[in-house]
Amino acid sequence: MGGVAVLERSLPGDPAARRRRGIPRGAWLGIAPFALYVLVFLGGPLYEVVYGAFTTTGGSLTWHNFSQTFSQPQYRSAFEQSLKISVVTSVLGGFFGVWLACAVVTAGPRSPLRRIVSSGAGVLAYFAGVPLAFAFIATLGRYGEATILLRHIGIDLNASGFDISSLTGVELAYTYFQVPLMVLLITPALEGLRPEWREAATGLGASTVGYIRHVAAPVLAPAILGGLLLLFGNAFAAYATSYALVGIYVNLVPGWIQQLISGNVLVDENGVGLALGVEMIVVIAVVMVAYALLQRRATRWLA
Amino acid sequence: MRRRRRRPRLWRVAILVLAAIFFLGPLASAIRFSLEQSNGRDGLGNYTQLLHDAALSSSLATSLEIAALTTAIMLSLMLPTVVWVRLRLPRLALVVESISVLPIVIPPIVMAAGLATLQSHASAGLSDLVFSSPLTALTPVYVILAMPFAYRSLDVGVRAIDLRTLVDAARSLGAGWPTVLARVILPNVRTAVLTAASLTVALVLAEVVIAETLLYTTYPVSLVNAGQAQLGVAVALSVLSLAITWMLLLAISFIGNRGASRARIGRLL
Amino acid sequence: MTAVAVHLDGLVRRFGDLTALDGLDLHVAPGEMVALLGPSGCGKTTALRLLAGFDYPDAGRVRVAGADITDLPASRRDMGMVFQAYSLFPNMDARTNVEFGLRMRKTPAAARRARAEEVLELVGLGAHAAHYPHQLSGGQQQRVALARALAIEPSVLLLDEPLSALDARVRAQLRGEIRRVQQRLGITTLFVTHDQAEALSIADRVGVMHEGKLEQLGTPEEVYERPATPFVAEFVGTMNRVSARLTGDGHLEVLGASLRASGPHAPHAAGELVDVLVRPEALEALADPHGNATIAERTFLGSFTRMRVKLDDGCELLVDAASRRGLPEPGVRVSVRATGEDALLAGDGAARTGS
Repeated sequence: MGGVAVLERSLPGDPAARRRRGIPRGAWLGIAPFALYVLVFLGGPLYEVVYGAFTTTGGSLTWHNFSQTFSQPQYRSAFEQSLKISVVTSVLGGFFGVWLACAVVTAGPRSPLRRIVSSGAGVLAYFAGVPLAFAFIATLGRYGEATILLRHIGIDLNASGFDISSLTGVELAYTYFQVPLMVLLITPALEGLRPEWREAATGLGASTVGYIRHVAAPVLAPAILGGLLLLFGNAFAAYATSYALVGIYVNLVPGWIQQLISGNVLVDENGVGLALGVEMIVVIAVVMVAYALLQRRATRWLA
Repeated sequence: MRRRRRRPRLWRVAILVLAAIFFLGPLASAIRFSLEQSNGRDGLGNYTQLLHDAALSSSLATSLEIAALTTAIMLSLMLPTVVWVRLRLPRLALVVESISVLPIVIPPIVMAAGLATLQSHASAGLSDLVFSSPLTALTPVYVILAMPFAYRSLDVGVRAIDLRTLVDAARSLGAGWPTVLARVILPNVRTAVLTAASLTVALVLAEVVIAETLLYTTYPVSLVNAGQAQLGVAVALSVLSLAITWMLLLAISFIGNRGASRARIGRLL
Repeated sequence: MTAVAVHLDGLVRRFGDLTALDGLDLHVAPGEMVALLGPSGCGKTTALRLLAGFDYPDAGRVRVAGADITDLPASRRDMGMVFQAYSLFPNMDARTNVEFGLRMRKTPAAARRARAEEVLELVGLGAHAAHYPHQLSGGQQQRVALARALAIEPSVLLLDEPLSALDARVRAQLRGEIRRVQQRLGITTLFVTHDQAEALSIADRVGVMHEGKLEQLGTPEEVYERPATPFVAEFVGTMNRVSARLTGDGHLEVLGASLRASGPHAPHAAGELVDVLVRPEALEALADPHGNATIAERTFLGSFTRMRVKLDDGCELLVDAASRRGLPEPGVRVSVRATGEDALLAGDGAARTGS
């Protein structure tokens, strides 16, 4: 799921009520259920992951799991693949998403096109996972509609080696939800571009290109970068789509985690799977922090 | 002499056309594909299969149960928390919201890994209690997965109403906290609640990674299994789930536009 | 540099059913500052934008220094524009903002910088050159915007309600500075505003607009003291509406005095009752136990005091007098007299009570 994208709005800085006495003790009780719930049901599995990654089956601390993830070629290859797919789909998704958002925003705030694309983007960004995989199989699989159509005009997809159930297929499928996600993320920033800037620039002699180069692009840069970061995290953490398309034996980090956990590969290599999990968490956490920092800069100029 | 300011820009049209092909194409193909029945003719056979196939329909029932329970727990946990934070602990709003967003940092597969490890270490008693049925095993973690979205939509809804005034007015008239929550706050944040609930249900009906890793047969899992032998059925059901999600979002945005809380869907998702 | 004349001839602009400009003719003399004054929707901003090149007229021509620039795009018109707010580029500091126009004209860096600093000094912000817009106050931002517009040495300066978004104190201060700069540079300027005090205080001539038409163009004194139409009279300053009787020889009897009938509306038949418009300072209220009105309210406004008097026939008038001791208190009976020479015919016929 595109869970990562929920941070697209800036972290709120709520105007705090000034309390001279500090927070009354009773007030803490109110969030106790919430805090406890998170502690148990998020902290629990998280603890298991971290604990298992750093310990042997006997219970003693060890680096073994992590060293395996760095030394074994299959894990390194999986990491490379995961990173590659994430980078490729976020760049593609970002590029096309920005242009699509531009095309839609310039249509004006009330136009029907705008409404359609907005609601469409909202749905498609979350279309990831099983339904998307099947839609793609229906389109570009062995007996897919598009495959058949292309064969009619002489292009044989299968012969040229294309397989929807491969990493290339996964890349394509990921782009499908990355582009709408970028549209969702970048549209508020595009709307934040004040018409006065464009007019002032034009009045001072700038062409459209000049305006984009000197004003629009610099102002949008933090938002675009932030969007790319979110897209990257989104792709990196995703698994459902590739699982439905390729299955459990996919050369991506989540795929390996699943294999190791289910004991499909080697019994007792559970810990390595957990170590891979910890590494995934670290990557996403770094992305999120970078995103939060960028957001503050973005809103400062566009607020 | 008149000069029209903007001539229709070619690039806009080109992009929109390309986008239309790329995004509507797979949807159209999927619909087309789903209408091809195994007997060679076109029809809704793949769609009605849901009713006939025991595995599919029972897994759907299971998933719906889980969805309902997850939504109930999520709402009874999150709504009071959101209200409490707005009312009594505004300084902690940022902290609480950051916590609510934490689940995003854990990819679902890693969560699944943690749970699977927990399951393998669980004592017999715990195993029976929690892990014997998907309802008890998956619901708690699904609430966690739904938390970021749910918190955000509920928060937007609560912020849009004048919480302080409503609560003070109700309390001064003698209402106790449960009444305040149920009769004063809840009706005013209906849209936000509906949004949070819909997002939760959509999440549960789509979540496959954790369910599959823990070897439970929920609806999405059986859908993937169906993909092996009955591709047409799997595609048909995928189309169905997309249509339902889309209609749900449309309905929410229509209600939202009329209602007091203007929670914009695009910013919530 | 020599100042240029601006000619707007017969400008018409329609937006669907709405006619924003209905044949506007405006000539601005070289070096002159003309203020376009009017309520929102009167077309003043549309006129400015047509001059700037952000919009094109449906009919009519725009001429600057004799050349017809109607079809020229905004980026090629040699004009400096100051917007109401938020027009500074947020990603550049004040100096870079000011240099922008010069950069677009490919001026070399050293010359750009020198000119930018010169112009920032002119608006009093030399010390803030390295500050970013979000670090500057509203008033400072508008000064930078002015500097940016002037840096390119434009032939025409355009100001679109530049002070409307600022608070009162800053507004008063800044409008004087804009006028000072404009006069020093001798640059032909068009200033759009809805605030009549602003227009009257800084412009060489004021053009009052209403529903796409220019109702009057004249010096501030002319517009205030000899309003050409009832709209101008009521929009600029305060006006009392009082009923008067025509006496057939171009005069009227108003509040016991005989005044000359003025205004574009044709006098009606003698003896007829009409509405006229009279300024509060053209009335006086003197304590008189046999008078025709009583003081309803008295408000001290600093240099003058405004009295709301209620005539015996129910009509209410505002009377302004220089503040001094001995002015009638509320409740005191007074007689109200008109002291001026003219009274403007309201032109809509039927006598009405009330101000």
